[in-house]
Amino acid sequence: MSHWVILPVVLPAILAPFIVLAARYHIGIQRVLSVAGVATLIAITAGLAWQAADGTVTLYQLGDWAAPFGIVVVADRLSTMMVLLTAVLALFVLLYAIGSGWDARGRHFHALYQFQLMGIMGAFLTGDLFNLFVFFEVLLIASYGLMIHAGGNARLRAGVQYVLFNLLGSTLFLFALGSLYAETGTLNMADLSQRVALIAPEATVGIRIAAVLLLLVFGIKAAVVPLHFWLPSSYAEAPAPVAALFAIMTKVGAYAIIRVYTLVFPPDLSVTEGLHGLWLLPAALVSLAIGMVGVLAAKKLDRLVAFSVIGSMGMVMVAIALFSPLGIAAALYYIIHSTLAAATLFLITDLVRASRGNLQLTVTPPIAGAALTAGLFFVAAIAMTGLPPLSGFVGKLLILDAAFDTPLAVWTWAIILSASLISVIGFARAGSIVFWKAQSVEIDPEAEPAPAPSPLSYAAVGGLVLMLILLTVFAGQVHRYTTTMAAQLFAPDVYISTVLDTPGKLSDATDKEDH
Amino acid sequence: MELLVASAIGILTAAGLYLVLRLRTFPVIMGMSLLTYAVNVFLFASGRLTIGAPPILTDATTYTDPLPQALVLTAIVISFGMTAVVVMIALGAYLGADDDHVNDPADAQDDLEDLT
Repeated sequence: MSHWVILPVVLPAILAPFIVLAARYHIGIQRVLSVAGVATLIAITAGLAWQAADGTVTLYQLGDWAAPFGIVVVADRLSTMMVLLTAVLALFVLLYAIGSGWDARGRHFHALYQFQLMGIMGAFLTGDLFNLFVFFEVLLIASYGLMIHAGGNARLRAGVQYVLFNLLGSTLFLFALGSLYAETGTLNMADLSQRVALIAPEATVGIRIAAVLLLLVFGIKAAVVPLHFWLPSSYAEAPAPVAALFAIMTKVGAYAIIRVYTLVFPPDLSVTEGLHGLWLLPAALVSLAIGMVGVLAAKKLDRLVAFSVIGSMGMVMVAIALFSPLGIAAALYYIIHSTLAAATLFLITDLVRASRGNLQLTVTPPIAGAALTAGLFFVAAIAMTGLPPLSGFVGKLLILDAAFDTPLAVWTWAIILSASLISVIGFARAGSIVFWKAQSVEIDPEAEPAPAPSPLSYAAVGGLVLMLILLTVFAGQVHRYTTTMAAQLFAPDVYISTVLDTPGKLSDATDKEDH
Repeated sequence: MELLVASAIGILTAAGLYLVLRLRTFPVIMGMSLLTYAVNVFLFASGRLTIGAPPILTDATTYTDPLPQALVLTAIVISFGMTAVVVMIALGAYLGADDDHVNDPADAQDDLEDLT
């Protein structure tokens, strides 16, 4: 059996304590270990993605216990794509954290970073709902530490809100798991998908409650309106590299919705019929609208980016809520784009903060390194607002196309297009105030000019922008691949049979018991 | 017994929800603890309530479902750790700002308005 599948979880889990114990006082060694770890992760996850590309579902049984009794890790196209995206994002964000010196402003940045990666990777790879909960908690507890990295009152206060909101989410998650287990007697996702389909329509109270609660929980993670209140202040107050890494965390919620509502509660299941169309789609449209209006209303650059994250999550959710292969394929393409664009914008915000001192959208003298920063902001804003020629435009077109013949098509098209217009205005206003109008202000000759950000910071941001451009250039290939991904999600038989029929320790004995 | 457990979970949840909606961190954290207690009991009850039976397959005919017990243990450990973290962060925020409201401070809004 191949042990590679579990490595994205195990490697950071070993590296993090090693960094704490062995390299506690040596930031240099920490940096080397952390970058080496993330680079190895990219290699491993790229290997996994390559392995899954032809449609094979790789199963790893921990301790060789067969599902549904043992814990399983499953790597299919969707999971491997998400872990690869996480690893690539993590490398650039880590390089930025090192280049800007953020990692040295508090202790244990690198260890927490590795734990965070462990949680995210685990959440993407697990095949068991309870383990999804556990990995959510792993990534959350690491994110609490990262969120208040470098301290400060505003950050701590935002941290309290963030932690409490997520604790509430975890409690709801446990309630959902309890009702699911009480109804079906299993929490393995493949096993659940078989058993949920067997339940008679009149005895489905617990299942319905669980389905709605799970949607709420994942909606909290994905910051869908009206569950988005934790996002603006925590993302704005978090250290910039952390906020950039958090760009993938909202996608964990989106991933969980895609996974659970294609596998366990598929769209044609009569129990949860209408849940997506009736609740998720309007909520997603409202998120999109509120996010983009927030972009226009924001008075600080970091809030503006945080609201654009809500808006782009709304866009992802619109595509997901269609729950058609076309919609999911578009959503997956947009997820890659939105993760990279949001992370880039958070890092650029920090470039501005580093040389400007504050992020108020008021006219101040030109900042150090303004030309390059402004150029990067211009590109990232084009990507985020979905103007041609970058990947945001392609993603939006795919989503509009997927929504074309659905009942709410008029609403969807109207809201997507007007929200895009509003966000373009919001970003254009912010960019012109911060970079353009600054040229008209006299530089105070007495003032000490702030140092320009380090080349490594620019290299990291430039790398992310390059990924966005590559995503645009290879849009055809990527979209073809996400289409096969969606096809695999809507035909989960291979997944289910791989998970349930692979024999493990004692599987003969359990077979007898089952039948 | 079902009634007793169910109403205990209900009361704990209701009290927890009420406290979570308060404005200061201490009641909110207390409310969170109550909610986690409620969910722990709920998880425990999800494997059906069985009295005086071992949580392991033996020759005896009745046994308790062992899985919820494992789930509850995990949930207890996690909620315990999380509560410790939130107490530390809340204490830090309180000692730093001399204010333990959970909402965004009013003066931050005023600052913004002064500038615009």
